[in-house]
Amino acid sequence: MLVIKNLRVAINGKEILKGVNLEVKPGEVHAIMGPNGTGKSTLASVIAGRDVYDITEGEIYFMGKDLTELSVEERASEGIFLGFQYPVEIPGVSITNFMRTAVNEQRKYKGLDPMPAGEFLAKMEEKKKLLDIQAKLANRSVNEGFSGGEKKKNEIFQMAMLEPKLAILDETDSGLDIDALKIVANGVNMLRRPDNAFLVITHYQRLLDYIVPDIVHVLYDGMIVRTGGKELAIELEEKGYEWIKAGLV
Amino acid sequence: MEEISVINIKEALIQHFHDNMQFIGKVDSPRIADIRQQAIATFSELGFPDIKQEKWRNTDLSKVLERSYSFSATPQPQNVNVDELFKCEVPGFDTQSVTVLNGWYMNGGKMLTTLANGMVVGSLRAAFEAFPELIEKHYAMYADHKIHGLSALNTAMAMDGVFIYVPDNVVAEKPLQMVSVINMNEDSMIQLRNLVILGKNSKLTLVQCDDSIDDHRSFINTVSEFYLADNAHLDHYKLQNKNDRSTLINSSWFHLERSANLSSNGISLNGGFIRNESYATLAGSGSHADLLGLYLMDRNQHIDNQIFVDHASPDCTSNEQFKGILDDHASGVFNGHILVRKDAQRTNAYQNNKNILISDKAVIDTKPFLEIYADDVKCSHGATIGQLDEQAMFYLRSRGISYENARMLLMYAFAAEIVNKISIEQLRNRIDDLVKKRLRGELSICDQCVLHCNAQEQRVAFKIDMSRI
Repeated sequence: MLVIKNLRVAINGKEILKGVNLEVKPGEVHAIMGPNGTGKSTLASVIAGRDVYDITEGEIYFMGKDLTELSVEERASEGIFLGFQYPVEIPGVSITNFMRTAVNEQRKYKGLDPMPAGEFLAKMEEKKKLLDIQAKLANRSVNEGFSGGEKKKNEIFQMAMLEPKLAILDETDSGLDIDALKIVANGVNMLRRPDNAFLVITHYQRLLDYIVPDIVHVLYDGMIVRTGGKELAIELEEKGYEWIKAGLV
Repeated sequence: MEEISVINIKEALIQHFHDNMQFIGKVDSPRIADIRQQAIATFSELGFPDIKQEKWRNTDLSKVLERSYSFSATPQPQNVNVDELFKCEVPGFDTQSVTVLNGWYMNGGKMLTTLANGMVVGSLRAAFEAFPELIEKHYAMYADHKIHGLSALNTAMAMDGVFIYVPDNVVAEKPLQMVSVINMNEDSMIQLRNLVILGKNSKLTLVQCDDSIDDHRSFINTVSEFYLADNAHLDHYKLQNKNDRSTLINSSWFHLERSANLSSNGISLNGGFIRNESYATLAGSGSHADLLGLYLMDRNQHIDNQIFVDHASPDCTSNEQFKGILDDHASGVFNGHILVRKDAQRTNAYQNNKNILISDKAVIDTKPFLEIYADDVKCSHGATIGQLDEQAMFYLRSRGISYENARMLLMYAFAAEIVNKISIEQLRNRIDDLVKKRLRGELSICDQCVLHCNAQEQRVAFKIDMSRI
């Protein structure tokens, strides 16, 4: 599904990713762990298409297509979703219309007619119920005045609405209390299917108690230095990142 | 009709005034006749404002004054069917509507109308004779004619406009819409004058529209005076939709007595050169003024909003919020001046001007100015100039929304804050619609008025359903 080969990325001349290799297959949940400032968020942004980064080398393929040739919105319509670490507040744009516009633009990309309003609203209700989101989202502006937990829940809600093939969750657990964390993790688990995949980026092992990954990668200084099963996350938690650093010397 | 030559437009106007004095001042009382003389003297001395004056530094009239204009002291014939000429279509908007054509009140010859509730609507010129007491008490009492050249010019020359009187304790159920239409067969200079008097505890919603349906280079200099007696409420909207060749100078002078409440919302959708001046004097304690504005300009359009709030009494509040989006080579000016006089204790005044510049050729000059002489005062102001938020753009696009639509959503969201403050639902929906059209670039093809526009709407390449935003 997602194939990244020898990816090198720089921003303002400073190299952040120094040759990343990664392959994600349908049905898999991958976790990317690592200390702060090692390039985890950069990797997520580059896959989603943020253009402030320069790809100096390597390739990114998604479902056989060269992602670097697609715009941000085309990648989204191809089925890539990025759950933001810091979701942006957009006063004046209601969640309903934000989602309606997004859903319909993605449908248009696929050559489908817009979703009828009734069907759309029913889908919103269904996803809210599925994710156990109580709040009256519909008429609120996107993320405006939301608490940290509400913003992250809203990201998961959007993911549920857009039904991506690959969801990248960038530190979705940061700043969440345990209840919000459970809702977020539960959402991901509800949405897991054999034909979709998740890339969960996290600093702590905590989230992985709730979202059990198939494969764990450790990103350190712009490179994936270790890959293993879910036990790698537990080992990391016990021994800390110093253990990784020591192993590299 | 006489042609005013380019070189000495000021002299020619003064000459025209003296030549036509017999007609211009035909229905003047001695006081008004005297004011006209003072006003023409002021204009003779000051002339048209130029960029050497602080408040005109970024709005240069000289190019506009290089053109030649004709004007007339002959009244507009009343046998014109205004409805055929212009129909303002706001679906479901039930209003009392009056029209001013080329500066003259039009109503098939019926110059003053008294409504069932006692409210009077009609021609200002007719009111000079029919309501001398009201005219003596209020006319030219709020608009300056001593230090403002253009206001003085209007005071000297104006012959007609709209007169509105809402007696004490009368609540006007229907909004009143006054539409000023210009339809000349040549470039003209027009002086329009309005007077609106609200009695104690009265209430009025007034929608003031400026439209052009010709394609000439008109120069309209409008002065409107508003008097709000104790506890009167005025909900005022100014809707400007002029052709790109027109020049519109619009000064509104509000005088608020005790506990009076004003909300004035100016929406400038199109116009070659627009200067709005709003002066609100909070003369009675406990009065409140909201002054709001939205401007959407592109191409070579110029918009200038000058706001002056005079806190002359204690315990008054004022709130100024202006937002603008400027594209292409458009230029804008915002000048907000709040004066808090020595006795105006416990004043609470807020002022804000936010701008988005779409192109790097667009320009905005924004200047907040607070002048405070009282010591127990809460005042705040702010101004921002920015581009569309890059992070917000990425966020929207990462959900599959195209660059163009993401940009439009953000612009619309920016403008919505002002549009949402329109309290009449049908009008809000209509303006909302016009703002969307304007942002989609569908209005720009229609250089003339859009409220009744028959022109084919441009098919746009993308579709976005913003009907429920």
